[in-house]
Amino acid sequence: MDGIDKKVSRRKDRIIDRIVFLALASTALFLGLLYPLIIGSSLLKESLLAIERFGVLGFILSDVWDPVRELFGGLPAIVGTIISTFIASAIAIPVCIGVAIFITELSPKPLKPVFTTAVELLGAIPSIIYGMWGFFVLSPVMAEKVEPFLQEMLMDVPVLWRLVDGVPTGIDVLTSSLVLSIMIIPFMATIVKDAFEMTPQLLKEAGYGMGATKWEVIKDVVIPYAFPGIVGGAILSVGRALGETMAVAFLTGNVHQIPKSLLDQFTTITVTIANEFTEADTDLYLSSLYFLALILFVMSFMLLVFSKFFIFKRLEKRWKVTGI
Amino acid sequence: MEGHRDLERSIKVRKVKSAFVLFLSFLTALYGIFWLFWILIDVFSKGFQYISPELILEDPAPPGEEGGGLRHAFVGHIIITSLATLMGVPIGIAAGVFFTEYGRFSRFAEFLRSMTDSLVSLPSIIVGTVVYAILVKPVGHFFGLSGSVALALLMLPVIAITTAQILKLVPDSLREAAYALGAFRWQVIKDVSLVAAKRGILTGVILGVARITGETAPLLFTSFNNNFTTYNVFEPMATLTVTIFIYALGPYEDWHRKAWAASLILTLGTLAFFILAKYVVSRKR
Repeated sequence: MDGIDKKVSRRKDRIIDRIVFLALASTALFLGLLYPLIIGSSLLKESLLAIERFGVLGFILSDVWDPVRELFGGLPAIVGTIISTFIASAIAIPVCIGVAIFITELSPKPLKPVFTTAVELLGAIPSIIYGMWGFFVLSPVMAEKVEPFLQEMLMDVPVLWRLVDGVPTGIDVLTSSLVLSIMIIPFMATIVKDAFEMTPQLLKEAGYGMGATKWEVIKDVVIPYAFPGIVGGAILSVGRALGETMAVAFLTGNVHQIPKSLLDQFTTITVTIANEFTEADTDLYLSSLYFLALILFVMSFMLLVFSKFFIFKRLEKRWKVTGI
Repeated sequence: MEGHRDLERSIKVRKVKSAFVLFLSFLTALYGIFWLFWILIDVFSKGFQYISPELILEDPAPPGEEGGGLRHAFVGHIIITSLATLMGVPIGIAAGVFFTEYGRFSRFAEFLRSMTDSLVSLPSIIVGTVVYAILVKPVGHFFGLSGSVALALLMLPVIAITTAQILKLVPDSLREAAYALGAFRWQVIKDVSLVAAKRGILTGVILGVARITGETAPLLFTSFNNNFTTYNVFEPMATLTVTIFIYALGPYEDWHRKAWAASLILTLGTLAFFILAKYVVSRKR
């Protein structure tokens, strides 16, 4: 009797085993396959109308955005997204490396967790707060102090004066990129710092043992070792800047023009969608907004997949060879 | 002798160079801290003046009139984020368990994990537009539950990836010991892996919730906004973040004040989640 009972219970367990496996596998399948497919296909389906009307290249290369005449082109928003992301990353990346050096190599040991927590906490602030602060506090300061100052400084410099040509309003490329850069600093600094901390103490000590100065150890030991982490952090932050909406929603002016100077109003893909989605009164208008969303999706997804499957694979190999 | 002096000089140069670069890194750290403190101080000082009991307890006054509160937004925010958590957490943990416990040696599972990892950085506004297309459009109007779905979709990959990573840290010898006793896989997962990784997973969940609490973009086209307090998730629902967005852009001084107050509460809320997560991690067993 006892043996039969045991057999029955083992059989029950085996059945539960199958069920648990199937349940877990289906959630993984949903998340890893179905979810991206749903996103891609529904964006594609919704943007078909605009694709048929303007064509893919026709939409991407046209800079007309005229809801009244129902002519839509994505160039200003795409260029705006790329420019603001580029400037923000150009500001943030060196700062993050500096912050990481400061936290890992310079700050006294008891203060390390304090700085680390501070940086992480600041990364937890919702992006709409950055946006609102930028709009009410930073933008007036930029318009009244910083931008006139820059104009005065660069007035007589050839070529560069064009960068700050125009009326300083504080609602422009410069302010938007600045707020974006502030927003991605904590995010990226955390990743870079973690990568720095992965460097084996032994390697660093070997450097010091050879008589290297602190900077030489950082430059020749820590940074090469942490390079994949730095690149990874940079790519993730670029991805975040690409898709950020609320931090810049108030600051671009949402004007569909390709900015010629840092003080021009402009727009990004996300800002266009956030501002115009609920106002889109025709199918073609809405479809064009979906097309923009699809372009953003492709841009950010490509960036990540590229980094994952190409850069990382390659760097990981190098990492394994050089890094013991 | 000449050579010796040269060496000494080059050491001096290298030391000065090192000190200079380290000073630069100190400046960059100062630069980062400068912005972040500026923001925090503004949010606290401006928000604090306008916080009052009415802010939480009263419905909003008609546009342009002074007074009233943001009860509708608080209620909506809590309902929408809790529903999103209820949907997102179990599915996210389940997928994370699968990635580590079953999929470790399978290429296909590794592919699924990589895709999920990429989804972590999916722009949140895209999730909003997609949920609009698949839920809001068929129903015909904005409604609160669609906002929860959007937020749940946002937090799913975060929770799945953290769970998978935490489970990787559980030593295989623990699992093998359980298998040796004749345990089935689901028993090993339930009684060994999940128990060992409990705190890590909890941290992941808290961070996931903290992330969606501050989200605005996916809610703009899903739960949208409502000027009245509602408990019905099939109606449009106000949230703190969307209310801040609308009030900050609005023309009234009173709206701006309320937006600052709401920002402070939102910031405190997310920071509280964050500190809670830190506490869970650091607590000794």
